[in-house]
Amino acid sequence: MTTRGPFDLDLRHMVRGDTQMIGVWVALLALIVFGLLRYDNFGSSYNIFSFLNYNSMFIVISIGMALVIMTGGIDLSVGSVAAFTSVCAAYLSPYGIEIALPGGMAAGAAIGGVNAFCIIAMRIPPFIATLATMLGAKGGALVISGAQTVSVDWSSNFTVFGMGKAFDLVPWTILVTLLVALVAWAILEHTLLGRTILAIGGGEEASALMGLGVTRAKTFVYLFSGACAGLAGVILASGYGAGQPLEGLGWELSAIASVVVGGTLLTGGLGSIPATVAGALLLGLVFNILNFENGKGTISLSAYWQLVIRGAFLFLVILLQSQFRSRPNAPR
Amino acid sequence: MRAQGEAIRDMVGSLLRRAKGRGPFRHGGLVALVILLAFNALVTPNFLQLQTLFVNVSQVATIAIVALGMTLVIATAGIDLSVGAVMALAGATAPLIFMSAFGQAYPVTGLVLAFVVPLIVAAACGLFNGLIVSVLGVQPIVATLILFISGRGLAQLLTNGNLQTFSNPAFSYLGAGKILGLPFQGWLALALAGSIFWLVNRTAFGRCILAIGGNERAAMLAGMPIRSVKIGVYMICAVLSGIAGLIVVAINSASDAARNGNLMELDAIAAAVVGGALLQGGRAPVFGALVGAVIIQLVRYTLLANGVEDEVALIAKALIIVLAVYVQQARKE
Repeated sequence: MTTRGPFDLDLRHMVRGDTQMIGVWVALLALIVFGLLRYDNFGSSYNIFSFLNYNSMFIVISIGMALVIMTGGIDLSVGSVAAFTSVCAAYLSPYGIEIALPGGMAAGAAIGGVNAFCIIAMRIPPFIATLATMLGAKGGALVISGAQTVSVDWSSNFTVFGMGKAFDLVPWTILVTLLVALVAWAILEHTLLGRTILAIGGGEEASALMGLGVTRAKTFVYLFSGACAGLAGVILASGYGAGQPLEGLGWELSAIASVVVGGTLLTGGLGSIPATVAGALLLGLVFNILNFENGKGTISLSAYWQLVIRGAFLFLVILLQSQFRSRPNAPR
Repeated sequence: MRAQGEAIRDMVGSLLRRAKGRGPFRHGGLVALVILLAFNALVTPNFLQLQTLFVNVSQVATIAIVALGMTLVIATAGIDLSVGAVMALAGATAPLIFMSAFGQAYPVTGLVLAFVVPLIVAAACGLFNGLIVSVLGVQPIVATLILFISGRGLAQLLTNGNLQTFSNPAFSYLGAGKILGLPFQGWLALALAGSIFWLVNRTAFGRCILAIGGNERAAMLAGMPIRSVKIGVYMICAVLSGIAGLIVVAINSASDAARNGNLMELDAIAAAVVGGALLQGGRAPVFGALVGAVIIQLVRYTLLANGVEDEVALIAKALIIVLAVYVQQARKE
């Protein structure tokens, strides 16, 4: 075994592990090849960038969700939190992205903090606590926005974040998403905090008895997930030029599906950030390809199909994953 | 004003004492109900009118019926997020049937089918949930998330996303009929509660439900049919949701797949928990669920009647859920 530096990007290590985690990469590759062969504009930089730009919100949310699920928890509030923070960011937009971005993320983290408090201090089951904050954040978003979309300030540099490119090359949203993925990956793979997160999912009581900082790690994952949802809200407001209090419906489902597709066990204790990103991309790609098919006229799917397909996709993944459930403590 | 304040303080104190005490939480729920009623009698204009009772009974019935099913699911330590979507699906199916050419040609058969087919569809949804939970062993919250999102999508596909309006007095009786001056669906909810109570307390199936929630492994070792009981519970919950969906459609004489049963899962969970259901399973307070549903409805009515915005009411509901679960947890420890 070769020695690795703490932040050495070892692709083999990232992809290695569960056969299932390889599965998501294979499926992703297969879909990309299929798309490249079948559609003319599939590989165009416009499609690639608009695809990544749109899906950056879901990737970011999925990363936060992945950490939560690894501890054996769940965060149903992400969609509402994103809606809430998109409104916050829209109100902060006159001060520029330097203020609106941290502000939106802080608002998201604050709701994550409420989640953590309810779950850890009040001992409320995660899905009830986050279901309640889902309602609360939705209500909050509607109250502060007056149930209207809130237009952003176009004169500041706020919309550059969601629509512009860094160095005229790569969209800012993609850069930031990559950064979030790197941070989450580094924390998970190379810090005690990350090990603790996985250990909690393996067995919370055992982890606590071993002297691991269970409370701290659980607090962290909910704060992190809240901040990720907050970032998604800022991307939403910045990319569409408005804070949207009614957005975010079903986002938690997409995030959970991406995480599960990425091979993270729903019972916690096992998971990977790169595979989660791949899962989110795979899910997005399914819709991208359906759009292309719609464009070709071979099929005609209304928007309602999206909901059905999303559910069917999750079902398929669960079916596949149920085979792996029998060995929850398999070595990574 | 002073006397009012003191009376309310006394009642809050007594609520807290009750909640801390060893008695079932549903007594705390009853106290909360009394407080809500007293508050409304004092503050809300025109509260003590027959019309108010009528409105509240007709609206609480759907919450209560779904909460009954949710109570059973929660008793097995499960949860069902798909109830609202199943309502939409069942609600969308019924008008399709009695408005079809067949339904027009044979009104009576069409009407019967308009009741039967949606409930079969609902039962199929429950079977789907139950199979994923019991056979695949997936967490109930994720298993039911599938239909939570795609069920509503299916309902919208069936109706093309359109609002279906109709005029069918016989079908509308479900939501507009009256017996002894009170809405039919109120009586229906009571009857269903009675049947579920009998099911839980007087049948082997009911014993199995409570045993699974109490300790699934022990129940399995005792030779109980875990899988079929769980599937049965999800199917009952789905059928009850289907009935609630039909009632909503009957009340409005229209089916709106996008809105029918929207956020119902929250109301139902809240009602069940406020009624004394333990999320860890093992308890199925059937009449507690009724009390819980009435409380949820009264909170909504109180806020609305006093001019509080709908959005704030959402936040209030979130707080109620958290508080109810918290009080339960505190009592358990």
